[in-house]
Amino acid sequence: MLQEAALTETKTETHPVTGADLLLRALEKETVEVIFGYPGGAVLPIYDKLYHSKILHVLPRHEQGGIHAAEGYARISGKPGVVIATSGPGATNIVTGLADAMMDSLPLIVFTGQVATGVIGSDAFQEADILGITTPITKYNYQVRSIEDIPRIVKEAFYIASTGRPGPVLIDIPKDIAAGVSVQPEAEKEVNLPGYQPTLKPNYLQVRKLTEAVSRSKKPVILAGAGVLHGRASKELKEYAEQQQIPVIHTLLGLGGFPANHPLFIGMAGMHGCYAANMGLTECDLLINIGARFDDRLTGNLQHFAPHAAVAHIDIDPAEIGKNVPTSIPIVADAKEALDQLILQDGKPPAHKEWMETIMRWQEEYPYFYDKESAGLKPQKVMEMLHSKTDGNAIVVTDVGQHQMWAAQYYRFNNADKWVTSGGLGTMGFGFPASIGAQLADPEACVLAICGDGGFQMSTQELAIIQEMNLPVKIIIFNNMALGMVRQWQEIFYESRFSHSKIPVQPSFVKLAEAYGIKGYVIQSEAEAEELLDEVLHNREPVLIDFRVDPDENVYPMIAPGKGLHEMVGVKP
Amino acid sequence: MKRVICLTVMNRPGVLNRITNLFSKRNFNIESISVGLSEHEGMSRITCVVHVEDSSASEQITKQLNKQIDVIKVTDITDQSIVARELALIKVQAVPYTRNEIYSLIEPFRASVIDVSKDSMTVQITGESDKVEAFIELIKPYGIKELARTGTTAFPRGTQRTSQQSKSYSIV
Repeated sequence: MLQEAALTETKTETHPVTGADLLLRALEKETVEVIFGYPGGAVLPIYDKLYHSKILHVLPRHEQGGIHAAEGYARISGKPGVVIATSGPGATNIVTGLADAMMDSLPLIVFTGQVATGVIGSDAFQEADILGITTPITKYNYQVRSIEDIPRIVKEAFYIASTGRPGPVLIDIPKDIAAGVSVQPEAEKEVNLPGYQPTLKPNYLQVRKLTEAVSRSKKPVILAGAGVLHGRASKELKEYAEQQQIPVIHTLLGLGGFPANHPLFIGMAGMHGCYAANMGLTECDLLINIGARFDDRLTGNLQHFAPHAAVAHIDIDPAEIGKNVPTSIPIVADAKEALDQLILQDGKPPAHKEWMETIMRWQEEYPYFYDKESAGLKPQKVMEMLHSKTDGNAIVVTDVGQHQMWAAQYYRFNNADKWVTSGGLGTMGFGFPASIGAQLADPEACVLAICGDGGFQMSTQELAIIQEMNLPVKIIIFNNMALGMVRQWQEIFYESRFSHSKIPVQPSFVKLAEAYGIKGYVIQSEAEAEELLDEVLHNREPVLIDFRVDPDENVYPMIAPGKGLHEMVGVKP
Repeated sequence: MKRVICLTVMNRPGVLNRITNLFSKRNFNIESISVGLSEHEGMSRITCVVHVEDSSASEQITKQLNKQIDVIKVTDITDQSIVARELALIKVQAVPYTRNEIYSLIEPFRASVIDVSKDSMTVQITGESDKVEAFIELIKPYGIKELARTGTTAFPRGTQRTSQQSKSYSIV
């Protein structure tokens, strides 16, 4: 009753409006559904208002878990993930998540508390210069200096985070600003950012140029990155590839943008990409990059990258074009707009029968492989089973390492926005909390949180959210008692000196899950896996499965650092 | 190669930090940076002199600067006909018998003496970096006690000779 009374009270206009009120109103205006936040001294005025708010608040057990969950939410929902952390340690705990979101272009709105304006700069309790710390790892950041600015800043922040190349925006709110009473009536202000006007429409002449280049080419390929997903352009990509009969290669982050079961799909390229895709990039004469940023894990040694190709690059961020690879046809545009224009051109498809046959031969001769006869439980086999038992329709969220590569290789995505992984920053501890955000973004979906035993232990505390909200996330641990990818590199490049990469002493993950009221299982064999997965993948309950996979298994094929894409090792059994 | 880049930026808190941060983040080598108000209210002008390997690197700088939300306009004016000036204050040792000699150096450089004391004098010189450099070299033997330079500030001349008109290398 008291709460209700308070609610009606705040609604009456005579009641003084505080900064926190303005903040929550602004969030409601942006139709925010969920906030990942952790309270603390400097954000108490905001939390006091959240007490009555209808917005769902998710309490992680560590701020870093909260921001990774927001990233998972943003990737799946396409909407900015909203995070609140308090000043000082709360704010510095979200730094990794900001850097991760910046690298992978995920829209986030992060509110941090700050000490009161009067004591900023005095090394006050829980003070940290979060603007200074986060300037290089945010798309933009603000410190609110006057209460009346809150509505405008929040509106601008959402606009900046979700338009152009998406990214995280941080808003630092001093405690006295959040608690203070606004003296001016709330006025709707237009977003006015003269220095921020993303180019969405492609240049017509460049589109023509690309269309002609496609018609002339003998060996064209499309390299599709996450820009296709951020731009919601997978339908257009399919249409364009089919119209021009151009084979498609994906980056790690782009997976799902083009259906893996499509005859024009070659596979994922890069350090652990498939032979056909890497050779396709090496041998092609026309490389059409759509929304990928030519990351070093994709290109390998730039000297040997696509040596025979004319490069066309479609990107919404002009700074990505020509950054790593010289580009002859630059198209600054939103992926969807650019593809729409290219489809409209309806150019003459290339005559490239031989090229298609070569690619097909590569695919047939050099598929991904693993020892199917082995007695031990092979991680690749587990991935294949997960794929078949979810009909390839689950949302797959991974951590970073070997299991991430196996997931990318063996979970063949046929739909967009089913894949969440930390690509650019490679953040261990990302996967499990991100799966929570993904599940909240799509409550009906089957969400697989694929983790290694190392990465999972970086964010186990978030089991508490699963327990509290009874989220049906399926936590899959690829347990090889090691930091697998580190172990693999030490085996290959450091003569098997496994320096601190093996974790022989582990908690019982099953008991750990049980401590949070979640069912846990240990799986040692294929037969056990077969039986258990049928049972647990299709119910609406959380589960943790500790797969004891072959500890010596390596990810292949592989390109050693500094080598070109054509210098893959481990392409054949 | 040396590039002169002019920026028009929103006059907001932390904007200079954003610019210098970007230079260090992207590993760009900055020679000088000068900041001040511009002709528009609420906007500042920044002139950076940077050293880059090649034209693609300077293109990256321009593009990365352009991406900054507080940056309104970026122009690489190196290839244009420009006016560029730098100011230096030099406190040089000057005893009575060297004073006249120093005065004779100051004159051809059109520098001026703005402070004199018992054993030193302070010279102000304005001009392009090369000229300032040359003057400093010349006056060094007398003993420089203190030196402060502003860094280059520049903009394009009112009339551009057509032969020199913007050699555009930008690919977008």
